[in-house]
Amino acid sequence: MTDSDDDLLQTPLHALHLELGARMVPFAGYAMPVQYPAGILTEHRHCRAAAALFDVSHMGQIRVTGAGAEAGLEALLPVDLAELAEGRQRYSFFTSESGGILDDLMVAREAEGFFLVVNAACKAQDLAHLQQGLGDGVRAAMLEDLALLALQGPQAAAVLARLAPGVEKLSFMAVANVEIDGLACRVSRSGYTGEDGYEISVPADEAERLARRLLAEEEVMPVGLGARDSLRLEAGLCLYGHDIDETTTPVEAGLTWAIQKRRRAEGGFPGAAVIQEQLAKGADRKRVGLRPEGRAPVREGAAILDEQGEPVGRVTSGGFGPSLEAPVAMGYLPAALATPGTKVAASVRNKSLGLEVAKLPFSPHNYHRG
Amino acid sequence: MAKVYFSDEHEWVRVESGEAVIGITDYAQKQLGDVVFVELPDVGKEVAKGDEAAVVESVKAASEVYAAVSGTVREVNETLTGTPGLVNEDPLGKGWFFKLALSDESELEALMDEAAYAAFVQGLE
Repeated sequence: MTDSDDDLLQTPLHALHLELGARMVPFAGYAMPVQYPAGILTEHRHCRAAAALFDVSHMGQIRVTGAGAEAGLEALLPVDLAELAEGRQRYSFFTSESGGILDDLMVAREAEGFFLVVNAACKAQDLAHLQQGLGDGVRAAMLEDLALLALQGPQAAAVLARLAPGVEKLSFMAVANVEIDGLACRVSRSGYTGEDGYEISVPADEAERLARRLLAEEEVMPVGLGARDSLRLEAGLCLYGHDIDETTTPVEAGLTWAIQKRRRAEGGFPGAAVIQEQLAKGADRKRVGLRPEGRAPVREGAAILDEQGEPVGRVTSGGFGPSLEAPVAMGYLPAALATPGTKVAASVRNKSLGLEVAKLPFSPHNYHRG
Repeated sequence: MAKVYFSDEHEWVRVESGEAVIGITDYAQKQLGDVVFVELPDVGKEVAKGDEAAVVESVKAASEVYAAVSGTVREVNETLTGTPGLVNEDPLGKGWFFKLALSDESELEALMDEAAYAAFVQGLE
């Protein structure tokens, strides 16, 4: 990050973060709270035990409308939108001509089109990619006047239902327009922590009021990007630019569950030939979970070594898992070494640390499947 | 009362009968956040001023701890292996890192006293 703090964008909750004593860091061009005074361990555990409020307003919220929106999006994403009902959301990714991943995202069908939530660091490029690739008569617009809050944790549903009765009935990946404490919001039952919870789109000028209202509920604690990262890592969820990028395919990344049967058979998205071949024959390398022996975290960039000490892969995310009270990591290994239980090692500060290939997620997903 | 010295790398050195106890300051632990792992030097290792002597890892990142003075490692705080959170809870006490037999006591003169360090930290905030 080369931006000076002066160049950083601020979310609509910036003043609230400062008031809450957040430590602000540059992230994707924004000043974002990495943690509040409670600290990452406490914030992480609170999200697994009660309810955590995250500001994720830096992410891009894009609406795609027009008669050819479904076909236009299917030309860019390997997701089946034809079978996606109104009020439902799916995880997907923009693929490149070589089968790599340009960004990962959520796409929901609404009455008037589709609603996408994309990564902050990619949002300008994603919008250009959409505008270029969607075709005539289909419009993609970045909704700059919306903030995005995430309320995550086992008590998120009880908390939000107090302000918006009925939201507890939404199932995982359902989307609805609801009034929360009198505010018109768009809610999806999804998140990035492995816990049950919601992402809430709210008009930017009302976001602080909503955040304060949610924080007034006793179960809710503000949680920063630090714990968001450790939560998603324990949940085995990919971080774009780290675990997935233009050089990794969805097959290598273990994301083929997000390419539905019709799209696998028909193709029709960028890089389909590469991805279809890997689907048929398997990929040479795979994303795996890694459990380091001992307590030392193994971090992004560490080389993974086989039993002979030869480099065979690389750690793409790694740190300490507060819920597991142990270090956890993800990385890529040759398919032959990707079976859970396989022993490998990581090179950390010129020492070899034992790693065991582990099943993902590390922490079970607690989604509300309804 | 043992005298405590401070470095601009946010370490403290408390000299007790020719031996220097070394740890990181309250400012440093606050900057790091929750400490989850500490890698300590081997007992008997000789460290020169400025050498990397230990590693402290928070949830977010790993940071090196440089030797503020030269000497031979006499003892390390094994308690930190199981309870690294002591670095946050009691940085100047139970969260100490290691003890050195000083090889050159005059190096202490280049360090700050408590008042000078407090002013130094204030300048950073």
